[in-house]
Amino acid sequence: MSGHFLESALVYLGAAVVCVPVAKRLGLGSVLGYLLAGMLIGPFALGFIGEEGDDILHIAEFGVVIMLFLIGLELEPKAFWRMRKQILGLGGWQVLLTTLLFWLVGMALWQLSWSAALALALALSMSSTALVLQNMKEQGRMNTEAGKSAFAVLLFQDIAVIPILALLPLLAVAPAVTGAEESGLLAGLSAWWQAALILGSIVAVILSGRWLIVPLLRVVAQTRIRELFVASALLLVVAVAVLMQAVGLSAALGAFLAGVVLANSEYRHALESDLEPFKGLLLGLFFMAVGASINFQLLLDDWLKVLVLVLGVMGCKGMILAAIGKYFKFGTDQNFIFSFGLMQVGEFAFVLFAFMGQLGLLPVADLQLFTAVTALSMTLTPVFGLVNERYLLPRVGTQQNPQAADVPEGGKRVILAGFGHFGSTIGRLLRANGVEATILDYDADQVELLRKMGFKVFYGDATREDLLELAGAAEAEMLISAIPNVETNLILAEMVHKHHPHLKFFARTRNRFDAYELMEQGVQHIYRETLDTSVRMGAEILQSLGFRAYSAHRSAQDFMRFDESAMSHLALKKRNMKEYIQSVRETIRWQEELLLADKDRSLSDQDHSWDSEAIRKNVMG
Amino acid sequence: MRRVLVLFAHPKFEKSRANKALVQAIAGLEGITFHDLYERYPHFQIDVAYEQKLLQQHDIIVWHHPIYWYSCPPLLKQWIDLVLEIGWAYGKGGEQLKGKYLFNAVSSGGSREVYQPEGRNRFSLRQFLAPFEQTAWLCHLQYLPPFAVQGTHRLTELELEEVALQYAQTLRQLQHASDASLSELNALEYLNDWKA
Repeated sequence: MSGHFLESALVYLGAAVVCVPVAKRLGLGSVLGYLLAGMLIGPFALGFIGEEGDDILHIAEFGVVIMLFLIGLELEPKAFWRMRKQILGLGGWQVLLTTLLFWLVGMALWQLSWSAALALALALSMSSTALVLQNMKEQGRMNTEAGKSAFAVLLFQDIAVIPILALLPLLAVAPAVTGAEESGLLAGLSAWWQAALILGSIVAVILSGRWLIVPLLRVVAQTRIRELFVASALLLVVAVAVLMQAVGLSAALGAFLAGVVLANSEYRHALESDLEPFKGLLLGLFFMAVGASINFQLLLDDWLKVLVLVLGVMGCKGMILAAIGKYFKFGTDQNFIFSFGLMQVGEFAFVLFAFMGQLGLLPVADLQLFTAVTALSMTLTPVFGLVNERYLLPRVGTQQNPQAADVPEGGKRVILAGFGHFGSTIGRLLRANGVEATILDYDADQVELLRKMGFKVFYGDATREDLLELAGAAEAEMLISAIPNVETNLILAEMVHKHHPHLKFFARTRNRFDAYELMEQGVQHIYRETLDTSVRMGAEILQSLGFRAYSAHRSAQDFMRFDESAMSHLALKKRNMKEYIQSVRETIRWQEELLLADKDRSLSDQDHSWDSEAIRKNVMG
Repeated sequence: MRRVLVLFAHPKFEKSRANKALVQAIAGLEGITFHDLYERYPHFQIDVAYEQKLLQQHDIIVWHHPIYWYSCPPLLKQWIDLVLEIGWAYGKGGEQLKGKYLFNAVSSGGSREVYQPEGRNRFSLRQFLAPFEQTAWLCHLQYLPPFAVQGTHRLTELELEEVALQYAQTLRQLQHASDASLSELNALEYLNDWKA
């Protein structure tokens, strides 16, 4: 493959760069873009890649490993402990019920032995961590009930893989036909030794986190060679993965464990930011490999069977998920997102199918069929998600008829999009002054709650043109976006510009770089959420240091005005600030420019007429 | 003993050596409440109810401020606008301040000579303070002559210390003097000239 390396890279990167932006433009999400790219370059369509697709899949699986490491990093042990009820409740029921159903169906309809049916059912109960989390993140749903619950289920599944992998050999009627390569360290050891080794490796990962890895990272960090830190971050994940695979555990789970162990360390953020690009690229590669691995020949020959299987499996999984969601009292919209999100069969199934093949648990033809079903179900997930998003959610979001209940009488003057912590503050301030804004929010539970509190809140995604219309955009004076996501705000800005040029658009942004992007779109009222609070905090810190309150206040106000004007000035000077400022180094250089500008501007120049020392100097000559 | 409320308004206190000396001299004295308006209300968001309660708890009100452009700094004007409410301080039923005393304690760059008909400022300090005096009158307060530290830029440290002591002394005399002697004070041009 080494000779073909550049060509392969050309094919994969080219396909990704072409397909993903197209998919994003069409509102399909990056995952579907990668999957389509994979199908396109796969053996069925353009044929750029053939059999090596499987090898690529193996490499790309490492992306999943890095992703779980990163998830672990974001989850401190305490948070993990707090989630235990959700993980056990939601995840436990999902795996249990789904496995039970497919087990019975497998024995009854597929005529499998009970052991083979159980193995198959366990594999099918898995969902795709890579796909679902990527999607949820992209849609900004990680903190909604659906997002958190999906995460809990996925986590349970990731953990469940360990006992499942341990269980499969026991289910095998025939002795395992594993080669020496696969069984690794464990070959020829007694069951007791195997168990001890497995337990030992897990303990080793946990202990080495604190006593070995952190000191090692400290040494590396002290060298101040950035790429060396990146290398050690990668090394860390690779080492954990190799160790876990050597003892026959899921590499992804080991990485997750290592991540949780390191979540409290001071290198958490450095590790996160260094591994993020690798994760993204490898996951992309992973999805492309999944796309490319779909055996279209098989699909064509057996299309009816495949179709029935895919829809049947996804339908059953979806219904069980929905039932669990109902039992746990999710709002209807959250339950839909949750169920539609997790209804596919995930990447762990690939691993389990491969293992089953080695164990001779299922005939190869069946395994091929189910591998295709898995890949197809992953491909269809974003499509179903889109259907859910476009056609189902708008209907189930509120129990009341949106046309009748949600259109404000007479048209309100202000439309407020987003009613989280930020938006609700704006809404309350407006309300305290007798301005009842028409509020849009896409969390139905919150909408219900706020309705009960007497707010005029209604359900929907503000970037939907028809919804904005319904909310009275034609009569309103202004649209306020309390949504931090810059992409959403860019869409809103464009919609306002195109369809409602009379609307004053007030946008919240996260930071100055997002603000630059909005400025380039001609948005005039931009509020950086990181500006006012930090300046106010700075002023009060000055006060605590003994500065006079009023002087600190004036200085802070002055600082803020200066910062705003410097920003618009520089935004005009440099087009495409966002791209320019992408790299960390550029960000630092940018900070430096700002700091230098602060220095040039003498703060003591102000308040001449109140400064009796200055007057005294003037008078006394 | 009368309780004294010093309402201090200086936007740049940290740069004012005259007022530093004055404030230092009265700090911690018994029966004197020092209320630093610019420190308390940097955003000009005056707590009217609190201010009115303070006024009720005191017998002598001092507007202590530098003279800027022949008047007080803006926050004190804001205080006057907001705190002296109709129906509370003046107007029908507005007699909450009746019987209390009020005067301005001011610092000015110009000397006493400058504040005279023949001087550069053409009017006396007392004339410039007419709006404050009238405000006091409308609010049923008994207005006293101003205590003034003038020509501050040319004062030596020693002279400053002296006048600061005199400020503290004056406040103490006001706390203890009889009502009759206080009503005689209005004949004076400056409170500085009071010999008890």
